[in-house]
Amino acid sequence: MSTGITKRIIACLDVTKGRVVKGVQFVDLIDAGDPAELAHLHATSGADEIVLLDITATSDARPILIDVVRRTARQLFVPFTVGGGVRSLDDASALFDAGADKISINSAAIKEPGIITEIAERFGSQAVIVAIDAKRKVGAAVSAENTVPAEVYLAGGRIATGRDTVEWAREAESRGAGEILLTSMDCDGTRAGFDCPLTAAVATAVSIPVIASGGAGSGDHFVDVFKAGCADAALAASIFHFGIHDVRELKAQLQREGIPVRLPC
Amino acid sequence: MITLIDYKAGNLTSVRKAFTHLGQESVVTDDPGQVRDAQALVLPGVGHFVTCERLVSSGVREAVLEAIARGVPFLGICVGMQWQFAGSTESPETQGLGLFEGPCERFQTTLKVPHVGWNQICRTAEGENSRLLRGVASESFVYFTHSYRAPVVDGVSAVTTYGETFASAVERDNVFGVQFHPEKSGDTGLRILQNFCDYAAEYSAKRSAR
Repeated sequence: MSTGITKRIIACLDVTKGRVVKGVQFVDLIDAGDPAELAHLHATSGADEIVLLDITATSDARPILIDVVRRTARQLFVPFTVGGGVRSLDDASALFDAGADKISINSAAIKEPGIITEIAERFGSQAVIVAIDAKRKVGAAVSAENTVPAEVYLAGGRIATGRDTVEWAREAESRGAGEILLTSMDCDGTRAGFDCPLTAAVATAVSIPVIASGGAGSGDHFVDVFKAGCADAALAASIFHFGIHDVRELKAQLQREGIPVRLPC
Repeated sequence: MITLIDYKAGNLTSVRKAFTHLGQESVVTDDPGQVRDAQALVLPGVGHFVTCERLVSSGVREAVLEAIARGVPFLGICVGMQWQFAGSTESPETQGLGLFEGPCERFQTTLKVPHVGWNQICRTAEGENSRLLRGVASESFVYFTHSYRAPVVDGVSAVTTYGETFASAVERDNVFGVQFHPEKSGDTGLRILQNFCDYAAEYSAKRSAR
């Protein structure tokens, strides 16, 4: 008998200038390989989805590299999300046309939230992920409504918006987002674990799936983010690229801990 | 040749890409004449049931029904499968094909809706000899993304559980439907699409022999 929906493991490719890179807390980038090759490798080893983020498209004020997306999508038969520098319905259309199944919007959604609705109405909510880069607010007031105050940043973590993370996640859902990709800037690249309290605060505030990101360093961290963090999916980049973890091995651990995952993969 | 029906809702690229990968040529159309003359029809779908309204007003619904009656293989994906039912409470005024009984309804569950992610398909007794699921193990994982689900009625070949049990695949003669996205379900999904292509090739061979 079916056990129900599984928790998803998502492999993320941070791309700049057509190459996959990895930095610590959004800086100090090092080369990690070719996006198409890595996407295929992760899918084969059991990743449930692939996310490709063009991490410098917004800061460089240029469009996403469509050719890289097309090349990566060609042999990929698991869900494929593309983000970074999506500013308009036309940008989104071009990405879907190149083979993306979902687009992820971040900065543009904050500046012009109507774009979420516009893309969702044309391509369906399932195709729209709102990505939120969040940083804990030290010393901010805690309320029953919001137990984990965190501020939303944009342009790859470069600009503070003053917006609260939980409140923005709720608005994104009401405007038609199909999923939330929540990245903890405090944890990103540290390999010290996900921000479980923040993930749980967002995951319980919205009814759409929440993908936790930032901080993955061991199998235990994934167990924590699915249990304590209430995440529907968890995303990681560097630990997969450098072969520290195989997705299969990670999923075997999750299954031992009673977390439903897609096996065999 | 697979004819993909375009009803200007969402994205046909992924489905087309999967057929290309399987070495199958495809053409995209919203013309009722081309639909009527197709050798095999696929209705991909993402989004709202109301988008199917366009299929009714453009005359594609009638063309699909004519093609099905002639024996043309027809595969509906996601909303495309839901459209094979009588209708959906998502848009009650939009007419479905009525090939399977009952309306599609929103999930009645305390779990998160939409149902997004990988879940298992379990064969029904009726689905034991399914052409579409040939070679696919029961309890295989496939990728779903939807808020409305089809009822378990006659013709359902596989079911899935998400708070409640719903129809994840249907099959009757030359009509096939899947609630999940075979084009996004890895090797399992490609196998299902290949099975459809094989069935379509048999049909084409028979038709040209006549």
